[in-house]
Amino acid sequence: MSTQHLPEHPDFLWRNPEPKSSYDAVIVGGGGHGLATAYFLAKNHGMTNIAVLEKGWLAGGNMARNTTIIRSNYLWDESAAIYEHALKLWEILPEELEYDFLFSQRGVMNLAHTLGDVRESIRRVGANKLNGVDAEWLDPQQVKELCPILNIRDNIRYPVMGATYQPRAGIAKHDHVAWAFARKCDEMGVDIIQNCEVTGFLKDGDRVVGVKTNRGTINTEKVGLCAAGHSSVLAEMAGFQLPIQSHPLQALVSELHEPVHPTVVMSNHVHVYVSQAHKGELVMGAGVDSYNGYGQRGSFHVIEQQMAAAVELFPIFARAHVLRTWGGIVDTTLDASPIVGLTPVENMFVNCGWGTGGFKGTPAAGMTFAHTIATGTPHRLNKPFSLERFETGALIDEHGAAAVAH
Amino acid sequence: MLLIPCPNCGPRDETEFHYGGQAHVPYPENPNELTDTEWSRYLFYRENPKGIFAERWVHSTGCRQWFNMLRDTVSYDIQAVYPMGTRRPDLAADPAVEAGTASTAADSTTTGTAAPSLSATSLAASPTRTAPEGATK
Repeated sequence: MSTQHLPEHPDFLWRNPEPKSSYDAVIVGGGGHGLATAYFLAKNHGMTNIAVLEKGWLAGGNMARNTTIIRSNYLWDESAAIYEHALKLWEILPEELEYDFLFSQRGVMNLAHTLGDVRESIRRVGANKLNGVDAEWLDPQQVKELCPILNIRDNIRYPVMGATYQPRAGIAKHDHVAWAFARKCDEMGVDIIQNCEVTGFLKDGDRVVGVKTNRGTINTEKVGLCAAGHSSVLAEMAGFQLPIQSHPLQALVSELHEPVHPTVVMSNHVHVYVSQAHKGELVMGAGVDSYNGYGQRGSFHVIEQQMAAAVELFPIFARAHVLRTWGGIVDTTLDASPIVGLTPVENMFVNCGWGTGGFKGTPAAGMTFAHTIATGTPHRLNKPFSLERFETGALIDEHGAAAVAH
Repeated sequence: MLLIPCPNCGPRDETEFHYGGQAHVPYPENPNELTDTEWSRYLFYRENPKGIFAERWVHSTGCRQWFNMLRDTVSYDIQAVYPMGTRRPDLAADPAVEAGTASTAADSTTTGTAAPSLSATSLAASPTRTAPEGATK
């Protein structure tokens, strides 16, 4: 909490090279997933003649806008496998990247407010345990013991009837995570090119052979798309479609407070998720706006609803002031699971659809997507998340565990 | 919050409406003849443009009527409102729409099957891409 000091901001962690005329692989999108992919391409597959293209500045999209929650308590086997792998990577990455990005395993609670919630939660705890994911069911009194500021009385519209709890879950400093990956990428020779917007793709028949950018054309053998909310735009440039809808998702922070909130509390039902950042801000996330949007801002009533839920659950928040609110663009799929794998364009690969919860998946997305790019084949963990599942019907419906709260 | 011009009730807050996603997605005429790929297109694939999007809204706490709307997904500017079952207005080709003059005559792009009171109405006040009054900044 606030007694811990943030790392000093170093001078420069990566070069800002001019784009070369060709690379072995180009990653489009310099957010967490793009950087993690480049890192694992270089580290696990020896591909160092690669570039990460970022149209803005590094990690300035959803990587800078998320609420940094990391957990793996998903219902289905496929999701538990990839998210739990991500969590295991989170546990070793600070050492591996030689960068303390304050990964804090303070636990995550998912509250239940209805009998339906209770049943879903207990079922999910059972499923988690079978998949080797740490999970517990807490009664309201145990919830109160873990997070004393939570109101568990029955004087609210949706009283707390219990919670699932994953002790190994937590939060991390998102900016530092991106910088940690970027520094290691740079050390291994990866070119991180900011202010480089992709404007089109060069194709030879059905095969991608290059990337057109506002800083010139770059020839490449392989392209990996890691553009989150803008994935549909890139796919259209490349000549295929994705079953993605882009929505604004908002979050906010309060001014700084003394440590009052020791864990992470999420509530799907009344729809808010809250933690307290190391510096002391209360960090709260809302739900997506219903309409499609690329505007990186949403509607006020969504924030209002989220605050109402927060104040009901945490009465002491009533006197906290909002410091700032913001929005990001999330790439949602209809089964609330990501799309990672091959595309109809040869040598072009896509990692998208992580929707409202991509931050927690960053290391596993990068590790498995790097495998897919390097070998041209799915990784064991990302295979179920192929684009084909929308044709075969093998959907991974995580709306219960994933859709609303991250 | 968006200020949405309901064709029946006038401008109302977004909270009175529900969103219906992409407009102009007809149910396949012969679903049994579709391949898995075609069926997946119908079920799961929707357009997701960065720019003008034709979408459906319903005024759930007002007249409870559905209508279509053209909205810019970047500026959130509402460009036109038009009845269900009519074709998408061509903003570039229809000078009345582009100039921002509310069209009260039967629109050339409608099929004629819609109620006359629901002809396409342009809301583009100016060619600039500023958000309309009431839209979230």
